[in-house]
Amino acid sequence: MADELAINVHGMTKRFGDLTAVDHVDLVVRAGEICGFLGPNGSGKTTFIRMLCGLLRADEGSGTCLGYDVTTESETIKRHVGYMTQRFSFWDDLSIAENLDFVARMYFIKNRRPAVRETIERLGLAERRNQLAGQLSGGWKQRLALAACMIHQPRLLLLDEPTAGVDPKARREFWEEIHRLAGEGLTFLIATHYMDEAERCHRLAFILKGRLLAHGMMGEVIGQARLTTWSVSGPDLLKLAERLRGNPAVEQAVPFGNMLHVSSPDAAALERAIAPFHTKPYEWHRIDSGLEDVFIHFMDQSKDNVSL
Amino acid sequence: MRKRHEFSPRRFWAIVVKEFIQMRRDRLTFLMMLSMPLMQLILFGYAINSDPRHLPAGVLMGDHGPQARTLLHAIGNSSYFTFVRELDTEQEGRAAIARGEIQFLISIPENFTRDLLRGDRPTLLIEADGTDPAAIGNAVSTSRLLLNSAMRHDFQGPLGYLSGGPDPIDLRIQTLYNPEGITRYNIVPGLMGVVLTMTMIMITGLGITRERERGTMENLLSMPAHPAEVLIGKIIPYILLGYIQVGLILGTAYGLFHVPMMGSLALLLAAAFVFIIANLAMGITFSTLAKNQLQAVQMAYFFFLPSIMLSGFMFPFRGMPRWAQCLGEVLPLTHFLRITRGIMLKGNGLPEVWPQLWPIMLFAALVLVIGVKRYRQTLD
Ligand SMILES: Nc1ncnc2c1ncn2[C@@H]1O[C@H](COP(=O)(O)OP(=O)(O)OP(=O)(O)O)[C@@H](O)[C@H]1O
Ligand SMILES: [Mg+2]
Repeated sequence: MADELAINVHGMTKRFGDLTAVDHVDLVVRAGEICGFLGPNGSGKTTFIRMLCGLLRADEGSGTCLGYDVTTESETIKRHVGYMTQRFSFWDDLSIAENLDFVARMYFIKNRRPAVRETIERLGLAERRNQLAGQLSGGWKQRLALAACMIHQPRLLLLDEPTAGVDPKARREFWEEIHRLAGEGLTFLIATHYMDEAERCHRLAFILKGRLLAHGMMGEVIGQARLTTWSVSGPDLLKLAERLRGNPAVEQAVPFGNMLHVSSPDAAALERAIAPFHTKPYEWHRIDSGLEDVFIHFMDQSKDNVSL
Repeated sequence: MRKRHEFSPRRFWAIVVKEFIQMRRDRLTFLMMLSMPLMQLILFGYAINSDPRHLPAGVLMGDHGPQARTLLHAIGNSSYFTFVRELDTEQEGRAAIARGEIQFLISIPENFTRDLLRGDRPTLLIEADGTDPAAIGNAVSTSRLLLNSAMRHDFQGPLGYLSGGPDPIDLRIQTLYNPEGITRYNIVPGLMGVVLTMTMIMITGLGITRERERGTMENLLSMPAHPAEVLIGKIIPYILLGYIQVGLILGTAYGLFHVPMMGSLALLLAAAFVFIIANLAMGITFSTLAKNQLQAVQMAYFFFLPSIMLSGFMFPFRGMPRWAQCLGEVLPLTHFLRITRGIMLKGNGLPEVWPQLWPIMLFAALVLVIGVKRYRQTLD
């Protein structure tokens, strides 16, 4: 059961005219895993997720979702997958309860009424159950959408930026819930722009301009970047950052609170570059590269590739 | 290739409930749909006249003498009438009018020639279908002139004695169904079909495109729904709306314009059901073809204009050129107009209505199949 692959697709490609939005992406996610799906705006995350659940026909590629063929069995896949769209896509002119009730009917939920009531209570929307969904605040819309796409107890959840606009407390609760469900064997593919969320995933996939740049368990992805990072503390870090950025050996110099993270793929060159600043009052420490450092590294790297 | 799932009554019902709630919430549209019939009734209160020709006529030949033949020839040669068939009995003739096969029944009595020669002024009876007074008006008024000029030729020489004095033939014109030729009687039942065509197509034409534009289509498509569930589910609530319109129009027709109701109300309502479905099916199919709501509205107009022009609502059907009549026969409104006028003014029953009913059913079925085939289950 644990070794079962919830997502196993190869060479997934989608073209819109001249634009290749998703370019031969392979993705393998085991059942019970939480896979973070990262990539800058317009990199093809939404397009890829839509192909998985049969909303877009792949131009190339094949594979399975929950063991069903993504190209021919999308109707079956739809019954076992919960898809949360990036843009709120429930009916503004239906109330919260009516939206949930509709979804429950569409999936033949047994004991529909109790299931809907329970979902509403868990959301804490019991008093507002008759309010129109269109009148909810942005964050509440997200929370409603999330609850609605889980009502039929799907085995795989494809969540497209589920926590965009959600407050920190609700976000934490959301992630606790996700981990609890993953423990029960549910699989998640979560597109996100938040690094702290990415760090909570078991597995990461990083996509850029339609191409998969890195894929694997958290440590693997960071390892794939082969990035060296130093952190430095001291006075007037902004000026330091500026001077470091002027050096081509330094890829990034990013302030984190009252520290500066300086990283580069070339460890030796970086060491030479920072040597002149290895003086008091600056304090340098070699640290593990963080996900954000890696994320930005990937983006910069691709910029270089393009200019080449 | 793509595995299709069976139509599920439960999911279908889920969509019906959803659409019903949404219809109810959209107050403005709802009110517009209800005020439309009333507005139209007032706007179309007066008819547009025209001068149709070659109206189908039947003849009851009680006499085959030379003068009877001359007479028939003259009528047949005039551009107003075209003889389509000869009938044996009065009942048969009336039935043909009821079915709309002929608009005139010309009866030449027995011993017509003998009585004419004797100077006994035989009666020539022309019975006309008065449900569409604009269509028959001119034909009726010219028939007298026609007769006199035709006979004058015969009444020379030995028959000269007949040419003086009063008209040798006692021409009687009898308008059936709508003896006073009240145009409203024709317009008001027709209006029911027009209003239904306009509103039903427009409102369902937006059905799928609205989901697309609001982004809710992505959600709907990610659920396991069969195209037929979505499409048929979306039209069901509007059947009710259609019936409210029918009620409003019939109520006004009866209460305000005193249009008679000769036939069975139940039959009329049953026919309206078929007609409403046909239009809703057309609308929902448009919405599967249209890329956005504006296109859907344009398509609705594209369909509505010929419907109103070629169905016999604005201009008498028989007055139109052949090609236009052929086009008109395809449109559900054409048949529905004949049905409503037939039931309300002629008291037609199912046997007369059926030949007009099945073309509407066929239309609805075909259009719905196209819609289901065209419904895209993906976003691209
Ligand atoms: N229906 C479409 N027609 C044409 N181009 C499209 C369509 N959908 C997406 N694209 C293009 O495909 C590319 C990938 O878009 P996609 O929405 O998958 O990005 P994303 O990674 O989800 O971005 P974001 O983080 O902003 O949500 C973009 O360049 C976008 O313009
Ligand atoms: Mg996206």
